[in-house]
Amino acid sequence: MKTEHRCWVYGDNVNTDVIFPGRYTYTLREPHEIATHALEDLDPDFAPNVRPGDVIVAGANWGCGSSREQAVTALKFAGVALIIASSFARIYFRNCVNQGLLPIIIPGLNTQLRTGDTLIWDREAGTISAQGVTYPIPPLPPSVQAILDAGGLLPMLQRRFRQGRP
Amino acid sequence: MAGRTFAEKALARAAGVPDARAGDILDVTPDLMLSHDNSAAISQIFRETGAARVVYPERIAITLDHAAPAPTTRHAQNHAEIREWVRQQGIAHLFEVGRGICHQVIAEEGLILPGETVLGADSHTTHAGWLGAFGAGVGRTEMAALWATGQLWMRVPEAIRITLSGRLARGVTAKDVALHILAAMGTTAALYRSVEFAGDGLTGLSLDERPVLPNMMAEAGAKNAYLPPDDAVFAYLEPRRTRDYTPLYPDPDAEYAADYRFDLDSLAPQVALPEQPHHVRPVTDVIGQPVHQAFIGTCTNGRLDDLRAAAQVLRGRRVCCRLIVIPASAEVMLAAAREGILDTLISAGAAIGTPGCGPCMGNHMGIPAPGEVTISTGSRNFRGRMGTPDAPVYLASPYVVAASAIRGTITDPREVLA
Repeated sequence: MKTEHRCWVYGDNVNTDVIFPGRYTYTLREPHEIATHALEDLDPDFAPNVRPGDVIVAGANWGCGSSREQAVTALKFAGVALIIASSFARIYFRNCVNQGLLPIIIPGLNTQLRTGDTLIWDREAGTISAQGVTYPIPPLPPSVQAILDAGGLLPMLQRRFRQGRP
Repeated sequence: MAGRTFAEKALARAAGVPDARAGDILDVTPDLMLSHDNSAAISQIFRETGAARVVYPERIAITLDHAAPAPTTRHAQNHAEIREWVRQQGIAHLFEVGRGICHQVIAEEGLILPGETVLGADSHTTHAGWLGAFGAGVGRTEMAALWATGQLWMRVPEAIRITLSGRLARGVTAKDVALHILAAMGTTAALYRSVEFAGDGLTGLSLDERPVLPNMMAEAGAKNAYLPPDDAVFAYLEPRRTRDYTPLYPDPDAEYAADYRFDLDSLAPQVALPEQPHHVRPVTDVIGQPVHQAFIGTCTNGRLDDLRAAAQVLRGRRVCCRLIVIPASAEVMLAAAREGILDTLISAGAAIGTPGCGPCMGNHMGIPAPGEVTISTGSRNFRGRMGTPDAPVYLASPYVVAASAIRGTITDPREVLA
C-alpha cells in the first residue's frame, strides 16, 4: 500500500521540552488533551493545523532531553503517522516503538523538504519517496519489530497477560 | 579476543548471561526500577496490561520529587494516587515529599551499588554511573512493563572512553568539565553509547562532584555513563549498603568506538548559553549578561559541596537578584544546616526550598516570568524548560551562579574568590 503524507519539517536537536512541555507532565494524562499541546513551544502552528496522516521530518537527535513518553503520545494522538529523522535520541526512539509509532532514520531528508511538501510511504517495498528520490526504510531487529507489529508495548503486554502467562 | 567494556559486562550480569557484546539484544532484569511523580501514570498503564501484581516489589523505588510539595490540587491528587498504589502493591521504597531527588536518594539509601543496573523512568538515570553502576532511562510504558514482568530488552551499547587528566583550578568544578565535554563532543557523539570515564583526573573530584559527569552525559545522548568506583566510593557505601556487591571494570583491551582526552589543569569556568546545553562558552565571554534569578540545586548540582561552594562565594555578601537554593536531599540539607552553610546562604539573601527538583523543569518553586533571565546549576536549558518559552536559561557551576547572584550579572567566580 502506498500512501501520501504531508510533511512538517524541523531541524536538529528538537527536545522533548518543546515537543511536550514539562509544565504539563504530572497533570495531563488524557491522550487527546496531551495532543493539543504538541510542539507548543517550537511551532504554535502545528497543533491547530496538523491533520491525520501528516508526518514529521526532522534533523539529528530528535526527541533529546527528558524521557517523557507524552512527547510521542502528543504527536501520535495529533494524528502523526510517521516520524522520520536523521537520528533519534535513544529513549524517544524506544518510546516511539512502544507506542506503535514507526521511527524511521533517513539522514538529511529534512534538508530536502519544506513544511507542506508531501512524501510517499510504500509499506510493501519498505521505502519513503520524496522529491523524486526513494529511500529504503532501515530494518529493525526482529524483537523490536515485533513490538511495532503488536501495535506497541502495551498491546503486547495485554496479549501476554490475557493469555495467563506470568 | 578483545576485552569487554563496562556496559558489556554490566548488561551480561543483569541479563544473567556469561558474556555479551555491543549490538546484542538482551532481556535485562534490573536490580532497581526507579520512578517518581510519574508513577501514577505508570500505574495506570500497568493496570491496562492486565497484570495483577508487580513482580519485584522490593526492587522498586519511587520518590516524590518533581513537583513536591504539591503545588496544585491536581499534583496533590497525583501524589495521593501514588501513595495508594505503593500501599496496594507492597512496593518497598517510597520516599516522601522532601526526602530529595530520586538519583541522589537511591545513592544515599544504598539502593544501587557498583556493578548493578538501575532502569529509571527518568532521563538522568545515567547519574548512577558515579557509583560504577549501569543506569539508563526508559519510558513510562517500559517502566510498567518492568513492574509487570521484571524484564526489559536492552541493546548492549557501543562505548566511548573519556580520559581525564590533571587537576581543576580553584573555583572550577566537575560541572565545568561536563559543559566543556558537551561543547567538544556535541549532542550526538554519545548517542546510544556507553560513556566510560577513565584517568587520574577522576580521583581529584570529590564524591559530590563525580555524579555531575554521568548525569550530564544524558545531554550528550548517552545510554549510560560510568566512573570506575574507587575506595572513596566503597567507603561512602559501606554504612549505607543493604547487600554485597561486585564492582565491574572495563578490560584494558576493551574496544571503544572513540577515545576522548581532556586535561583539567587549564579549564576555566564554563557557561551554557540559552536553549542548548552544548552551546558553551568560557564564563569570560558572557560576563555582564544581566540575570533576574539564580538557582542552585537539581540532581546535577544540589549536593553539599555545591552548597559549600555557594557559601564560600556568598559569605559576608548580599545577593542583588533572586537566589533560590534547593538542596538535592534532606541529608544534604541537614548537613548544610549543621555546617552553618544555610545560615550563610540565608544571611546573603537566598530563599531555601524543600529538597526536590525545584523549578528545573518548570513545575514550581521558582518559575521565571516571560522575559526574565535565569542562571541555573541544572542540566537543561531548553526553550520553555523552566515553565515559559520566553525565559532564557544559562547553565553553570554553583560558583558561577552564586557569584552572578551577587552582581545580578554573569560573573567570573574567580574575581569574587580572589
